Amino acid sequence: MAVKTVIEAIREGMDEEMARDPSVFLIGEDVGNRGGVFLASDGLFKKYGELRVIDSPLAESCIVGVAIGAAVNGMKPIAEIQFADFIAPAMNQIIEEAARFSYRTAGDFNLPLVIRAPWGGGVHGALYHSQSIEATFGHIPGLKVVVPGTPADAKGLLKAAVRDPDPVLYLEHKRTYRLVKGEVPDGDRVVPIGKADVKRDGKDLSLIAYGLMLTYCLEAAEQLAAEGVSAEVLDLRTIKPIDQAAIVATARKTGKVLVVHEDNRFAGIAAEVMAIIMESAFDALDAPVMRLTGPDVPAMPFNQVLEEAFMPNVDKILAKARELAAY
Amino acid sequence: MASVKMPQLGESITEGTISKWLKQPGDQVKKYEGLVEIITDKVNAEVPAPLAGILKEIKVKEGATVTVGTEIAIIEESVGATAAPGPPPSREIRELQSAFNAPEAVTPAPATGQSSEGRTRLSPAVRALIEEHRISDAELARIEGSGIGGRISKKDVEDFVAKRTQPAAANGEQRQTAPPPAAPPAATPGTTIPLSPMRRAIAANMLKSKQTIPHAWTVAEVDMTNVVRFRQKAKDGFKLREGIDLTFVPIIIKAVVEGLKDVPVLNASWGEQGVVLHKDINIGVAVSVDDGLIVPVVHQADRMSISGLAKAIDDLAKRARAGKLGIPDVQGGTFTVNNPGTFGTILSYSIIAPPQAGILAMDAIVKRPVVVEGDAIAVRSMMNLCLSFDHRVLDGVSAARFLQGVRRWLEGFSEQVPLY
Repeated sequence: MAVKTVIEAIREGMDEEMARDPSVFLIGEDVGNRGGVFLASDGLFKKYGELRVIDSPLAESCIVGVAIGAAVNGMKPIAEIQFADFIAPAMNQIIEEAARFSYRTAGDFNLPLVIRAPWGGGVHGALYHSQSIEATFGHIPGLKVVVPGTPADAKGLLKAAVRDPDPVLYLEHKRTYRLVKGEVPDGDRVVPIGKADVKRDGKDLSLIAYGLMLTYCLEAAEQLAAEGVSAEVLDLRTIKPIDQAAIVATARKTGKVLVVHEDNRFAGIAAEVMAIIMESAFDALDAPVMRLTGPDVPAMPFNQVLEEAFMPNVDKILAKARELAAY
Repeated sequence: MASVKMPQLGESITEGTISKWLKQPGDQVKKYEGLVEIITDKVNAEVPAPLAGILKEIKVKEGATVTVGTEIAIIEESVGATAAPGPPPSREIRELQSAFNAPEAVTPAPATGQSSEGRTRLSPAVRALIEEHRISDAELARIEGSGIGGRISKKDVEDFVAKRTQPAAANGEQRQTAPPPAAPPAATPGTTIPLSPMRRAIAANMLKSKQTIPHAWTVAEVDMTNVVRFRQKAKDGFKLREGIDLTFVPIIIKAVVEGLKDVPVLNASWGEQGVVLHKDINIGVAVSVDDGLIVPVVHQADRMSISGLAKAIDDLAKRARAGKLGIPDVQGGTFTVNNPGTFGTILSYSIIAPPQAGILAMDAIVKRPVVVEGDAIAVRSMMNLCLSFDHRVLDGVSAARFLQGVRRWLEGFSEQVPLY
C-alpha cells in the first residue's frame, strides 16, 4: 500500500482499467496531450494514443453524445466534463437518453458509460467552477451517482463505475484532489457502488457526509472526541442508489444525526437522508435530525468572505454537532 | 386518507388489543359506525369510525396488542359522505386552514425538556428505553436530564439503567453461590388455558398496581340491620315503579360518596408533582363477566340519588355483560367499589385500580349475635367493609375516618333518607 492523493488514485484507476480492457477510452476537453485541466489523465495520451484518449471540441453535448453512441456499440467510454458546472449543455443527452436507455429497451440494452466531473467549491472557483450537482442528478432514475471522498474509494469506485453496465455519474471533489491523501490498496480492488462506509466509529452522534465534507467531518469528529463526544462518521460514497441500511443503522446506533453537504439546502441529499431516517429509525431517535448545508443562493461567490460564508467547514460542523450533542 | 389510531381507553392504559374487526377492507363505513372492537384491561370497547369513507387497510390483525397511538387502520375519506353534513369547505378556506396549520408542522420543537403542558418531553429513543427497562414514572422523575432545558437524553436513561442494575447483578452472584434447590418431583402435565387479551390486560394492570402502589388495608364492621330492614320494605315497590331491583350496592355507593366528600384525599391520585384531588366523584363498580372483570364508572355519583345510582349501575352492569360498554363508560373513575360479598366472602383484600387511591370491598351481610347498648346481645345483620388504599396518598387516620363516616351513615339509615 502506498499513500496517494485523490487525483493520483483517479489517474491510476483509469490507467488500470484502460490496460485491462481495450474497449475503455477517455474523451473530454484537454484530456489528451494536455493531460486534463487537473492533470487527471496526465501521461495516458502518451501511453494509449489519440484513439483512446480523445480531445473533444468545447461542446459537452457532443462529449456525452459521442460517448453514448460508442457505448451502444460495445465500447466503455469515460466522458470527462471539465467542470461539473459545464454539464448543463449535456443534460439532454444524460437525462433523456443515457439514463433511460435500459428502461426504454426493457433491459435489452445497457449503456456502460462513465461521466466524470470535478465538482464542489472552496477553491475560489466562483460561479462557474464551484457548483454541486449531486441532488440534481440524484433525482434522475436510471442514473447512478457516486461521490468518493478518499483516494482508495476514488480508485475503487472508478473501477466499479467503468465495469457497471449502466451510466454512472462519477463526481470528484476538486478540493480533495491534492488535499486528501490516503493509503490506496495495491491490486485490482473494486469498491461496490451503493455501499456507504463507516469511516469512524462512534456512539453519541452520527455525522453523515460525502466528498470534501467527509474530510471536514472526520476532522470535526477528532475535535469532538477531545470534548468527550464520540462521533460516528458515515461516508455515503454513493448518492444513488443510496445505502439506506447503513443510514438507518447509524441513526439507530446513536439516535442523533447531523447530515452535512455543501450543495444547496432545498431538496438536497440531506433532505432525502433525513426522510429515510424518519421513515425507518424514528423510534430510535433521541434528537431531531439536523443538517448543515450550503445556502439556497444561485452560486458560490468569488469573494473569499462570501465563499467561506457559503461553504460548510470544520468550525460550522463543530458548532452544529455540539448543538446536537447537547440536545 | 385518514389513519385510525389505537385510542387511549383510560388514564393508565398504554395499549390495547384488537379483538374483532367489524369492517373489512373495502367496506363502506359511516361516521361513528362501529369499526373495531378493542380490549383493554377494563373494557371491551367498540371504536367508532372517525369519519365516513371506505376502510382501505387494516394495519393490526385481530389478537395483536399495540400501544396507544399506533395506526391500526386507514380510511379513505369519501367525498360524498363528507359533503353530507354541509357543503365542503371552499378552496380558500382549505388554503387558510392549511396555512394556519402549517407553522406548527415546520416550527422546530422547542429545545426544552418541558412542553407547554408542563409534561416531560421524551424522545422516541428515550421512550423505547423506558419501555425496555420498565422504568416507572417515579424512577423517571429521579432521572436528571442533562440535555438542553433539562431534557432527559438517551444517555441519561442508559446511565440510570447501568446504575440501577448494578446491585441486582451483585445479588445474582450471591444467589449463584447458594446451593441449588432440590429438583421438585415431576408433576403430571396439566392443561394450559391460553391467555385472552382481557386476562393479559388484567394481569398487567394488577401487577403494575401491586408493584407501584404501597397498598394498606383496613376493615370496618358495619351494622346493616337498618338498611336491611328498609330494603326489605322498599324493594317490591321499587321494582314495581322502576322496573329494576333495589340492591345494597347503590345504598353503599351513596354512603361511600358521602364518606369521600368528608375525606376528599381518598378521592385522589398520586402524582410526582403532588396529590391530585379530583373534583368529581366517579365511582367504578366492578362487574364480573364471562372471561374476566370490567369496571364501568358511575360518573358524578355525588349528584345522584340512591334511585339514580341504582339505575346507573343496573344500566352499566347490563351493558358490561352484553359487551356494549363505550369508552367513556370505563374512563375517569376516581374510586372503586367491589362487591365480592354476594359470593359470601367476609374479608377481601382488593387491589387498587391505578391511578385511583382506594378501593372498597363490600363483604357478605350475615346475621350475627352482637353486643348492643345496655350490654344486651342481639341478632344483627353485620357486614365488613374492607378498604385498600394508596399509602403514598393518605395515612391510616384518613382511611379510618372515611370508613367511620361510611359506617355511621349506613348505621344511621332510616326511612327518612330519601330514595329519590
